[in-house]
Amino acid sequence: MNATALLLTVAGTIGMALFGLFAGLWFTGIDRVLAARMQARIGPPVRQPFIDLSKLLVKQNVVPANAIPWLFNGAPLLALASAITILLYIPMAALPGLPVLGLQGDLVLIMYLLLIPGLAMVAGGLASGSPYATIGAQREMVTMIAYELPLASTVIAFAWKLAQMNVANPFSLSTLAATPIWTLVGPVGFMGLLLLLATMILVVPGELGRIPFDAPEAETEIAGGLLVEYSGRNFALFSLSLAVKTIVVTSLLVALFFPWNLTDFVAISCCPYLASAANAAFFLLKLFVVLFFSVTLVRISVARFRITQVVDVYWKVLGALSIVGLLLVMVDAYVR
Amino acid sequence: MKLSQTLGKSLWAFLFNSGSCNGCEIESVACVTPRYDLERFGIKVVGSPRHADLLLISGPVTRKMAPRLKRVYEQMPEPKIVVCIGTCGTSGGAFYDSYTLVGPVDQVVPVDMYVPGCPPRPEAIIDGVVKVLARLEAKENAAS
Repeated sequence: MNATALLLTVAGTIGMALFGLFAGLWFTGIDRVLAARMQARIGPPVRQPFIDLSKLLVKQNVVPANAIPWLFNGAPLLALASAITILLYIPMAALPGLPVLGLQGDLVLIMYLLLIPGLAMVAGGLASGSPYATIGAQREMVTMIAYELPLASTVIAFAWKLAQMNVANPFSLSTLAATPIWTLVGPVGFMGLLLLLATMILVVPGELGRIPFDAPEAETEIAGGLLVEYSGRNFALFSLSLAVKTIVVTSLLVALFFPWNLTDFVAISCCPYLASAANAAFFLLKLFVVLFFSVTLVRISVARFRITQVVDVYWKVLGALSIVGLLLVMVDAYVR
Repeated sequence: MKLSQTLGKSLWAFLFNSGSCNGCEIESVACVTPRYDLERFGIKVVGSPRHADLLLISGPVTRKMAPRLKRVYEQMPEPKIVVCIGTCGTSGGAFYDSYTLVGPVDQVVPVDMYVPGCPPRPEAIIDGVVKVLARLEAKENAAS
């Protein structure tokens, strides 16, 4: 890698980090306003997450007496850094230079990286020395094990289909972005993909720890769970990492199921900048639609699951659904 | 940046019952319902004193709860605001000479604002919080 490419990568990394932070906080604000409107409330201003963040940064940062300070302070940094790292691998709109590290990573890498923010929260929770945080950490680990089965089945279905079509690098994200999966299957496989899409939509709130899968944080029973001892700057870093993770997980769903660009439908040939801007706006629109259906609508419609029910839903219901989807995609390859 | 500018728009509240009859809790929780909707002003009820800026205390302080109240107050990160809700917490109310009481809230932790009433209406609680924020702002203006 020469100096120019290195410099471009560094600049791209900073740019993507800023995009992740800002877009994540904006989408969190939009989610709060929409949720309030659905409950017949007026709700906070859209920039409320930014106000909350600036308040948390001026608050005192308490490190409890029986915490392990280096781990307690390090975990929020690790969570934020790893969330930003995933953002560098995920294909987004067809903009020049995106994704920043696009040629390296694949889906398996992303599945591993997605675990790190959660594991950082677990480490921070266990290091804070509070019994509530310990319960929260155990629940978080159980939740991570639970949603991994439907997520893995979905990824396997995609990779199997691409490998069966003799596409080079079936796990690669650039392959996925270039070949919309819906165009490769017949009617049976289409049904299977719909099941996989429904599964992924319900994996997103689990990844993000939102209602109904927020048993690890459960404010009303274990007082904030994992984050119970966090305050001030550390708490702000955790909320930032959650905001970035919101963008990461929804971008992953968009990259898997809806990789189209606006320029695929409407030819914008007059100038390349306008096309790029239109693609970026279209990508944000896709993110918003996914967030609305998988986070806002779900969290307003249902109450929190108990931790045992979280495992039941992810393994028995969504696990079965995703495996049926996988089988339908496989059957489709032989019947058409 | 001035503290009151951010704190006033993003005040996270922790409800603490130091021996109340639950009347004040019902009125406090009514503040976050669609009718009053305190989230309009960025006020949010949190589950842990570590996340809180505002401690809403209701009820007279019983002997059992006094050390807990003190601990919860000390666990909150600076800067912190304490609002005492209801007649019981202000003066002891109907239980003023009970042998189970340590006394009103200000015998245990410093209080910034008292909201009288048995129980106070949600409007009164919101008014108390707004007044304490205005006082915080005035204090900062005087200091700068």
